[in-house]
Amino acid sequence: MSAYHRPTTLDEALRIYAEDPSLKVLAGGTDIYPGKATRAAWGDMKHQGILDISRITHMRGFTETPTDWWIGPLTTWRDIIDADLPPLFDGLKAAARGIGGAQIQNRGTIGGNLCHASPAADGIAVLQSLRAQIYTCYWNGPETTQNAPIISPMHVAPSFVIASFIEGSRRTKLADSAIVTNISVSGKGRGYFRKLGSRAHLVISIAMVAAVFDWDERGNVRTARIVVGACSPMAQRISALEDILRGKPLDPALALPEHFSMLTPIDDVRASADYRRAAALQLVKDVITEAAEDQRNVRR
Amino acid sequence: MAAPHISLELTVNGAAHAVAAEPFSTLADVLRDTLGLTGTKIGCDAGDCGACTVLLDGAQVCACLVPAAQLHGRTIDTVEGAGPQGVTDQLRQAFLSHGAAQCGICTPGMLMAATALLTEIPAPSRPEIEAALGGVLCRCTGYIKIIDAVEDVGARRVREPAVANPRAETDADTFGVGRRAERVDGWAKVSGRELFGADAAPEDALWMRVIRSPHAHARFVIGDFAPLMAATPGLVALVTAADVPGENSFGIFPDTKDQPVFAEQHVRYRGEAVAALVGSRAALAQIADSDVPLAWTPLPALTGIEAATAKGAPALHSARSDNVLTRGRLARGDVAGAHAGAAASASGTFETGFVEHAYIEPEAGYAVPDADGPGTITVHASTQAPYMDRDEVARVLGVPKEKVRIVPTACGGGFGGKLDVAVQPLLAVAARKVGQPVRIVYSRTESMSSTTKRHPSRITAKASADAVGHLLAYEMHGDFNTGAYASWGPTVANRVPIHATGPYKVPHVFNLTRAIYTNETPAGAFRGFGVPQSAIANETLMDDLAEKLGLDRWQIRRRNALGRGDTTPSGQVLQYSAGLPECLDALKPAWDKANIDAAAHNAIDARYKSGVGIACMWYGCGNTSLSNPSAMRITLGRDGAVTLWSGAVDIGQGVSTVLVQIATEALAIPGLRIELNATVGDTGTTLDAGKTSASRQTFVSGNAARLAALDLRSQLLRFANAGDDAGIARDGDALCFGTVRRIRFADLPAMIEGFGTYDPPTTALDADGQGSPYATYGFAAQIAEVEVDMRLGTTKVVHIHAAHDVGRAINPTLVEGQIHGGIAQGLGLALMEEFIPGRTENLHDYLIPTTGDMPPVSVHIIEDVDPEGPYGAKGVGEPALIATAPAILGAIRHATGVTVRKVPVLPHRLWELIRQLQD
Repeated sequence: MSAYHRPTTLDEALRIYAEDPSLKVLAGGTDIYPGKATRAAWGDMKHQGILDISRITHMRGFTETPTDWWIGPLTTWRDIIDADLPPLFDGLKAAARGIGGAQIQNRGTIGGNLCHASPAADGIAVLQSLRAQIYTCYWNGPETTQNAPIISPMHVAPSFVIASFIEGSRRTKLADSAIVTNISVSGKGRGYFRKLGSRAHLVISIAMVAAVFDWDERGNVRTARIVVGACSPMAQRISALEDILRGKPLDPALALPEHFSMLTPIDDVRASADYRRAAALQLVKDVITEAAEDQRNVRR
Repeated sequence: MAAPHISLELTVNGAAHAVAAEPFSTLADVLRDTLGLTGTKIGCDAGDCGACTVLLDGAQVCACLVPAAQLHGRTIDTVEGAGPQGVTDQLRQAFLSHGAAQCGICTPGMLMAATALLTEIPAPSRPEIEAALGGVLCRCTGYIKIIDAVEDVGARRVREPAVANPRAETDADTFGVGRRAERVDGWAKVSGRELFGADAAPEDALWMRVIRSPHAHARFVIGDFAPLMAATPGLVALVTAADVPGENSFGIFPDTKDQPVFAEQHVRYRGEAVAALVGSRAALAQIADSDVPLAWTPLPALTGIEAATAKGAPALHSARSDNVLTRGRLARGDVAGAHAGAAASASGTFETGFVEHAYIEPEAGYAVPDADGPGTITVHASTQAPYMDRDEVARVLGVPKEKVRIVPTACGGGFGGKLDVAVQPLLAVAARKVGQPVRIVYSRTESMSSTTKRHPSRITAKASADAVGHLLAYEMHGDFNTGAYASWGPTVANRVPIHATGPYKVPHVFNLTRAIYTNETPAGAFRGFGVPQSAIANETLMDDLAEKLGLDRWQIRRRNALGRGDTTPSGQVLQYSAGLPECLDALKPAWDKANIDAAAHNAIDARYKSGVGIACMWYGCGNTSLSNPSAMRITLGRDGAVTLWSGAVDIGQGVSTVLVQIATEALAIPGLRIELNATVGDTGTTLDAGKTSASRQTFVSGNAARLAALDLRSQLLRFANAGDDAGIARDGDALCFGTVRRIRFADLPAMIEGFGTYDPPTTALDADGQGSPYATYGFAAQIAEVEVDMRLGTTKVVHIHAAHDVGRAINPTLVEGQIHGGIAQGLGLALMEEFIPGRTENLHDYLIPTTGDMPPVSVHIIEDVDPEGPYGAKGVGEPALIATAPAILGAIRHATGVTVRKVPVLPHRLWELIRQLQD
């Protein structure tokens, strides 16, 4: 008999998960149910037991501390759109508005997007541009440790910088029976996001770009973090370009094809590999242009 | 195995409910199966279509994605409720007034998404409405009237919320020909009470699940079912070809019944039915396909026209050794000579792919054995062709036609895809075997992988003109991939040669077509029957000729446009309605302005290029040179009730409303309201009106309804001994004839029946395709304005201007609805839609246009009345789709300089072409 667990505390959730690592963690259900429908369509009727974490309500929403922003993994896209956040999160907000329709935005969570680890996950590219830190925990017996805000009690597993958390297409470093408990973001700057698809709404990205730029009072780039998604098994930082942009005024002409050599796009029904590579370059130029315009507006 | 049920207390539409539910079941299951609130529809079960949108604590969600376990203590609003502050009720009235509901399957989702928006933002902007409704797919309306309706409620232009059927006081004044009458079936659609194929079945119905081939081509052996049966309580039967009592085959034409109900040892496409499980729903959910004893031997598959026509390619069907199902031909004049003497010639090869109908209602229904007497089978299903279904089921069961009754459910979109049987014979065979009602609901993927598509095409064509642009010759060879089985392949092959020149005067024509079998999904009927594909070729060649001759693209079309008195390539003289010149003239101001605007824009913008394109189309209404009669009956009872008994299935286009309007006009009795019979298309209670296809129902069944009403009227006059020209009017419980006679309804004969039948006059085509294949043709011209991102290859359609000669607009709102919806599908064909078996079998990989993809549409209705049509009307179902894609391609070419010969123009394809041009 497939189980369905609905714990109200993280502690309880971790204990249940430790007892049955085969459970599937469910928050908004926006990946799990479509996956079930896809399998059932060709006669695979089995489904795993469910660990529904949606009642652990303190894992939802934003918290500001003197040094960081903490994002609960149960935070929905709609929560992100509605939250009062600094410009650093503009890219995250733009991504949230472009995910699914309002129905999915109301239900889908950033933690689910992260753990599902699709190469086309809009949220992951943005979190990577924000250099998010991912906190996870698992049940580790009766003794408890506590070293992160918000969640208590907990049994902290390794935390990851986002880039090391994602291991590959639909694979993460999340340990067996571990749950993402928190996402932290710090730093200054302004976030950007662009995605490309073949229609206006409800579209899975052909390519997408998330970026954070910060500049000094003379307009020279202090920080540039640029991430391209849907063009590799994992979203990729375009570090070579970031290095070139640093210390100079924002200029889209500085972005060159050779900076994108780490991308390994595929040919599929949505687009060709060559196109994805070119589109990634163009989208990056577009966000640099947009940032340069913002910079001029801010100065004025 | 499911987890134990949990107890939930939830509030639905203001009422508290306590229910028990399996925790991993969904909100949609709780609403539909536990609470019986079937107004919430399931289109995909995967959050892709939004049909199941409801409000959960005020926020719109897909009910198919919310676990029942999360519902305790929650508040849910569905289409059955009034909505917060009665907003849903207000929206209902606006949807009715605007004709925003066509088939109605997306309507509940749209209403709830709009309710959520208006509750949060009482007066939203149009972009806000587009965004809020962006998660609900509609395949019928092109979204425009839906957004208009929501905008009206936001602007408080709707005062009276609709809480009951508003069509209480309608008569000839509001319901005659030419009126923007509300749909006669509108209230059912906006109230959530309409019952589609999946919405109802007898309590004791067993469920059925079809086991389908995962291989495009394979042999298989069926093993012993006994162990599975023994091991699975609740599994009642496994059904295979061995259980088919009659012929295990179906197909549209008597000589092309080549598709088995259940395959026998050999499958020819991925998705072909092999066997079926029948039993309790819970039992079926436990059985994996892999539990069913089937041993597969995959075989090499023929994919695409080239592979199937290659030398030595194995034959899919022994009767067609060259894999050519059928050929079509039209020859007139001396094509070679005309090409040789021409001032300019243009040629090219054009390709299109499979296109999925993507109606939001997957196939569903149920069959009941012995309901209409011993040995009978009654099949309730979503269909476009009840009488054809009846004949097909009778043949499969090996029983006389009279033993089969088809009762159409509401049809949640068809577009040609529900012209073939799908669930009907499967259900009938299963119900006959188990002797008990059986129901089935296809999953989205099952619907997409197993049912018909638009034919992929490869068309090579050449057109020639004289120095001033008069067309001299047109030559085409079109191959159409008809997939594994014949379906409507012959219709496509026959219709295309007639239409392939486009609606132009061409003296010398040579058109050949072939329908080719492949190991792919069967291609069948889809809005336009091959003409949308051939129009892409002929309209592109018109642009080529204009370019070569230095002519304006509008001008060359106007110069060649078929009009009254002209002769078509099949040698038919268009005696009457042929309003293409008028259509083009209506568009001329928009054409000139759009070209000037584009030039001005392009002078200053290097990246986003504007372009304008134009295309024309024509479309013969009804079957090609085949009898396709319709019969209608209208009755008057002693209670004063007039009922139109219509067998013409309304698939959302509004034929029921059109027929009532026509009958109202013909009956001409002020104060008397015509009702529609409860179950349109029921083969047990209505006459055969033919199938809902080929843009024929307004024209053909409209005539039948007119004649039936006239018959009733003349019987009344005879009974009253009144002259033919006497007026009749209702006066309370009586009819007044002129000023002299008053007859109470109670004093009339028990039942007065009027009958009307109509079969459009056509002639057979000779070996050269010469003759008069259709009684009348619809004509249209459309302009597309686009903006192309030259760096990303993305195309945004920014405006469509559509001029359609419809003969007479019986209901202008419905005509506009058909034009908007056809344009949306044409836009999808041009820019995004491509069905690839095994790859795009769901609505997130197969993309259809959303709210944000539809441009504003300016509709010009041209009424060149056809004396053959009812009050002058012609068909309008298919035309808008046909002209849209070529106009968009022309606009892309104008914007970019690139001539696109393959659709869909996905961004990467256009980007590649632009790059080649720039190199």
